[in-house]
Amino acid sequence: MKLLRFLPLALVGLVVAALVWRLANPPDTNVESGMVGKPVPAFTADATLPGKPSVSSADLSDGRPKLVNFFASWCVPCVGEAPVLTMLKQQGVPIVGIAVRDRPADLRQFLSDNGDPFERIGSDPQSKLQLAFGSAGVPETFVVDGRGIIRMQHIGPIEPDDVADLVAAVKDAR
Amino acid sequence: MKPFLLLAALAIASPALGDSSLPPAHWANQQLPDAQQEAEAQALMEEIRCLVCQGQSIADSDAEIAGDMRDMVRRRIAAGEKPSAIRAWLIQRYGAWITFMPPSEPATWPLWLAPIALLVGGGLIARARLKKRAAK
Repeated sequence: MKLLRFLPLALVGLVVAALVWRLANPPDTNVESGMVGKPVPAFTADATLPGKPSVSSADLSDGRPKLVNFFASWCVPCVGEAPVLTMLKQQGVPIVGIAVRDRPADLRQFLSDNGDPFERIGSDPQSKLQLAFGSAGVPETFVVDGRGIIRMQHIGPIEPDDVADLVAAVKDAR
Repeated sequence: MKPFLLLAALAIASPALGDSSLPPAHWANQQLPDAQQEAEAQALMEEIRCLVCQGQSIADSDAEIAGDMRDMVRRRIAAGEKPSAIRAWLIQRYGAWITFMPPSEPATWPLWLAPIALLVGGGLIARARLKKRAAK
């Protein structure tokens, strides 16, 4: 019964310990897309730059698995990701870009500064495609198989360490 | 001191680089002309969570993607879509997490039952105490 007097203190200690643990292990704020395993939503994007073909959902089910990369010229991590996308392209992975809330002039500058690994680039001025894919930010990359089914989502910039996994995922998606 | 202050001001301003240079979408900060539709849109926007500032609803958030989501909600409601259909569309993509009105499913039962359990428990403790006092 005497020990019971320390119950409130123990409870406070427990709450403090839980708070400290949460501070040390912040929760994962990534939002995973529920569209993984589902067909890409039907869409037709406007072209962004002359000479660069645009994207529609039909282009994503042409029999070749590929990466769909949501990026933007105003997105700093996308600059870091650009050389890795070029590496992926050199390994034979087709990459389709969706430029989120971008202006053609900015996009042209971005591609000439950081390289252009994209087969096609679609414009997404109001983040509509981003929402349709269940994506929450830039950069984000989806693996889409040859039938147009979304097979995997990669949140955040692709690091050199991720290349092998993504190449394998695209191969598996055949 | 002055150069330091200028640098500090620049540092504060740098987060703006994280936004695009496009203006907000048409219906991001503009009400629908039909008051009934606007009320429906507003009610839905207040219960949809912003994807980047995750404690805020898209109605409260100044994030660009929240503006784009408000634009989408208003467009769809103006086109005659039901708020429940838009909510279901968002839940399909982002999970039940996207709404501040968690649906009643087994995982959320403790959330709904906890207040009742606490009330009943509190009542029992109070009754025991009062009985003890009456007995004295």
